[in-house]
Amino acid sequence: MSDTVSALNGATFQGFVTVEDAGLQGMITLRGDLGSAKLLAAVTAATGLVTPSQRKIVSQGDMAVAWMSPDEVLILTPYDQAGTIAATLAQALSGEHGLVQTVSDARTVVRLTGAPGSVREVLAKLAPVDLSPQAFEPGEFRRTRLAQVAGAMWFDDTTSARIICFRSVADYVFKLLCISAEEGGEVDYFN
Amino acid sequence: MLILHCPYCGVDAEETELHAGGEAHLKRFGPHSSDEDFETYLFARENPKGVHFERWRHANGCGKWFHAARCTATLEVFGTYSAQVTTPPQAIRDAITAKRPGWSWRDVQ
Ligand SMILES: [Zn+2]
Repeated sequence: MSDTVSALNGATFQGFVTVEDAGLQGMITLRGDLGSAKLLAAVTAATGLVTPSQRKIVSQGDMAVAWMSPDEVLILTPYDQAGTIAATLAQALSGEHGLVQTVSDARTVVRLTGAPGSVREVLAKLAPVDLSPQAFEPGEFRRTRLAQVAGAMWFDDTTSARIICFRSVADYVFKLLCISAEEGGEVDYFN
Repeated sequence: MLILHCPYCGVDAEETELHAGGEAHLKRFGPHSSDEDFETYLFARENPKGVHFERWRHANGCGKWFHAARCTATLEVFGTYSAQVTTPPQAIRDAITAKRPGWSWRDVQ
């Protein structure tokens, strides 16, 4: 077996929040009719989770399902289970119009941890998104841009957020987050 | 700065999350059409000062195309609507009429 490494290979940065490689993450793109009972049942059978409504993410343990668009969800799984779960899904959806694809190695996940207001602030500096606690709560999943590239973000809880971007821009996004989290750059807008 | 409501993901998206897609509701003329129709389809565009209909894509977001009705002079947005229509819905026309009585755009009014 090859020694699989994430794009950021364990990078960490300590600023006024901690920025770190979230490591290998299993990811499956599922496209299809999110109104189809067969598709919804297949997602639940494969993940144990109910497909979230618009702009939400549902998670339990190391599994999550995120709403990407009216015809797409992203399923987060343990890295080594993504292939099996994708195969199960594809089988369950045979005959249904749709697409199941493992995209774990096409993407990168970065984690931010720190004081609640500070984590929000690091993201707010980079994205045209209202990150106030009233507007963006844990459970929301937001696709947007981080400076010049596409990304998606959500809060696991008040002190930790995760960001997904394409693997090809992993280094760019990691450095952006580091600059945004640099000591001395606190705005304290949300504190 | 333009802010458009994406009808697909429900986000009030700022212009930098969006990609402009040009004039809305063009009818495509392809192979076997007349030269005049093909030329008009390719090159003839409205350039109004006032009410205009455009295509936009929520590129840094849900990725979907949608339509927007806005005023080119004031940047006022009258509404956004589904990409799956070939003419502005009545609710959008009514919203424009409320703000710009007597407006017209191509053969739409
Ligand atoms: Zn959208």
